[in-house]
Amino acid sequence: MIEARQLTKVFRDRKRGAIRAVDALSLRCAPGRIYGLLGANGAGKTTALRLLATLLQPTSGTAAVAGYEVTEAPQRVREQVGFLAASTALYGRLTAREMVCYFGRLHGLPEAELAGRLQRLADELEMHAFLDRRCDALSTGMKQKTSIARTLIHDPAVMIFDEPTLGLDVMAARAIVQFVRRCRDRGKTVIYSTHVMSEVEKLCDTVGIIHNGRLVAEGTLEELRGRFGERDMEEIFVKAVGGEAEHHAD
Amino acid sequence: MPTEPTPPRTGRLWRNTLTIYAKELRDALRDRRTLISMIVVPTLVMPVIMLVAGTVATRIVRKAQAEASPIAILAGADSAAVVAELRADSRFRVVETPDYRGAIADKRIRAAVAIPAGFEGALARGEPATVTLYHYESELRSGMGVGALEDFFRQLRDRTVERRLVAQGLPAALVRPFAVKRENVAPPEKVGGNLVGGFIPYLIILLCFAGAMYPAMDLTAGEKERGTLETLLCSPVPRTAIVLGKFLTVLTASLTTMLCSFLSMAGSFVVGTRMLLGPGGAALPGHAMPAIDPLGVAGVVALIVPVAVLFSALLLGLSLLARTMKEAQSYVSPLVLVIILPAMMGMLPGVELDAKLALVPILNLSLACKEMLSGVWHWHYIALIFASTVVYAAAALAGAVALFRREAVLFRT
Repeated sequence: MIEARQLTKVFRDRKRGAIRAVDALSLRCAPGRIYGLLGANGAGKTTALRLLATLLQPTSGTAAVAGYEVTEAPQRVREQVGFLAASTALYGRLTAREMVCYFGRLHGLPEAELAGRLQRLADELEMHAFLDRRCDALSTGMKQKTSIARTLIHDPAVMIFDEPTLGLDVMAARAIVQFVRRCRDRGKTVIYSTHVMSEVEKLCDTVGIIHNGRLVAEGTLEELRGRFGERDMEEIFVKAVGGEAEHHAD
Repeated sequence: MPTEPTPPRTGRLWRNTLTIYAKELRDALRDRRTLISMIVVPTLVMPVIMLVAGTVATRIVRKAQAEASPIAILAGADSAAVVAELRADSRFRVVETPDYRGAIADKRIRAAVAIPAGFEGALARGEPATVTLYHYESELRSGMGVGALEDFFRQLRDRTVERRLVAQGLPAALVRPFAVKRENVAPPEKVGGNLVGGFIPYLIILLCFAGAMYPAMDLTAGEKERGTLETLLCSPVPRTAIVLGKFLTVLTASLTTMLCSFLSMAGSFVVGTRMLLGPGGAALPGHAMPAIDPLGVAGVVALIVPVAVLFSALLLGLSLLARTMKEAQSYVSPLVLVIILPAMMGMLPGVELDAKLALVPILNLSLACKEMLSGVWHWHYIALIFASTVVYAAAALAGAVALFRREAVLFRT
C-alpha cells in the first residue's frame, strides 16, 4: 500500500528562488493495483517517486509506504521498495550475478537464501546465458533484466517505476510492461510514472495526471474518459493540464 | 503505524560497510585506470625515473670531471711561465677567444683567468698581485673549471711562499704551524636521513594524495555521472555505511600506492647506489655509505596513516560535490598545490619541528619524518602530530558523512 498525504517538496535555487517541484500531492495505491503517474517532463513525477522511495525528504506532508512513514522510517521503507528508473544504472565492472547479489546482501539476505532467489529470478527472466558477463558488456535488454532482478531480489511489497522504458527499443519496452503486469498479478503495489500515453492505457488501474507538481486529475481510465468526454488518453491529458501543458507536451 | 525502532545497530552498520567495501575493492581492481595509478605507476615508473635520471646525472658529472676544462687565458707576454704551466696541466685545454665572457655564457669555455701585467715580475719582487677568475655561477661545468683554476693558483701560491721562506733560510712549515683534518662521526643512517629525509616524506605525502585522488572521484562524482549512486541509495543501507565503505576503499588505494612506491623506492635506492657508486659506496672515498634507519621508516609509515585518512576523507567529500568526473578534477587539482606547499616547506633547511608547527597538518608530518629518518625521536611532538592529525582526519570524515546526508549534494542537477 502507498498513501501520500499532502506530500510537498520545495527546492531552493539561487537564481530561481523556491521551486515547488511537488505540491500537496495526495494519492493512494492498493496492493495488486498499478497507479500511473502521468506528466510532461519537469512535471514533478521523478521528485514525487523519489520522495516515496525516500531518496528525498519531503518539505512537508508525508507518505506511508508498505506501512512505514517515509519521514520516520526511511530505511524500513527502502527495505520494502523496489525502485527502477531510467537513471538507476548498473555497475559496469560487476557481472550480472555480482550486481544482483550485491543488492541482495545490502538488503541483509543470508547467502543461502540469496542463491535460491537468484536462481528463481534467473529462470524467470531467462538470465542464465549472461549471468557471469560484466554489465558493461550486456545489451540494453540484458541490462534491463539485470536491473529488474536487482529490484526484485529482496521480494519487495511495493514497486516504484520511474519512466522505466525511457530510451529502450520496442522489444525491451514490451518486456518491461509485461514485467510490471506480473508484479501486479503477484499482489504488489505498483506505482508507475511515464509520459507515454499508450503505456498508461495498457497498464494502469488508476491514473493521476501531474502538472507543475500538482495532481490535476485522478481516476480510473473509464472515469477520466467520462469526466473529460474523450476516449484518447492524449486528449484527456491535454484537457486536464490545460493550454500550458500543451506547450510542455510538445 | 510502525516507525523505525532504533538507529541502525553497530553490527549491521559494519556488515553493510564491509559489503560495500568488498564490492568497491573488487570494482576498483577491475578498473585499469585505478590499477595503473595505484600499483603500476608507483611500483614501476618511479624507480625507472629515479634510475634513469640518476644514471644520466652521474654519467654527465663523471664525463664532465674526466674531460679537460676548456679555459681562456688573458695574459701578457710577461707571464709566459705561468701560461706554459697552465697549458701543460692536463686538467685544462686552453682555447683562444677574444670574447671570454660570451664564450663562458655560451658554454664554449668553462672559465677564464686574467693574469695581470707584470705578474711574474711582481711575484719575483714579492709585490702583491691579483689574478681574476671568470665563471658562470651555478653552472656545473663552469664551477668545475673555476675550481680547478683555483686549485692551480693555490698550489702556485704555496710554492711561491715556500720558495720565499727557503730564500730567507726559514722552514717551509713556518706558515703551517698545524694541520686541520675532518673526520665524519655521523652514523650512516644519520647521513642517509639528512640526505633523503626531506625528500622522502615529500614524495610519500604526494603519492599518498595521488593514490587517493582517482578512486575518490570515481566512487562519488563518477558514480553520479554513471547513475549508479542513485541505485545504491535505493538500498536500505544507512548513508554512514555507504560513506565508510567508499572511504575504506579510497584509503586502501592511498596506502597501497604509498606502500608500493615506498618498497620500490627502497629497492631502487639500494640497487641504484650499488650500480652508481659500486658496492660499499666505493665511489665516495672517505664517506660512509648512506643508510636509512629502519625504525624511522616504521615511524614514517605509522604517521602517514592518519594523513592518508585525512586525504581520503577530504577527497571523498570534495569529489561528492561535483556532478561529473571532469568537475571533480577541477575541484581536486588545486588541492594538490595546497598539499605540496607545506610538504615542500618541510624540506627547507632551518625549518625545525616545534609545538606550533606540530599542529600544522602535512608540514608537521614532513618535519617529523625528516627527524625520524635521521634517528631523532621527539616523542612529545610525535604524539602531538599523531593526535592532531587524527582529529583533523576524524573531522574530515565527519564532514564527508554529513555531505552524504545532504540531498542537495547527492542529487545536484
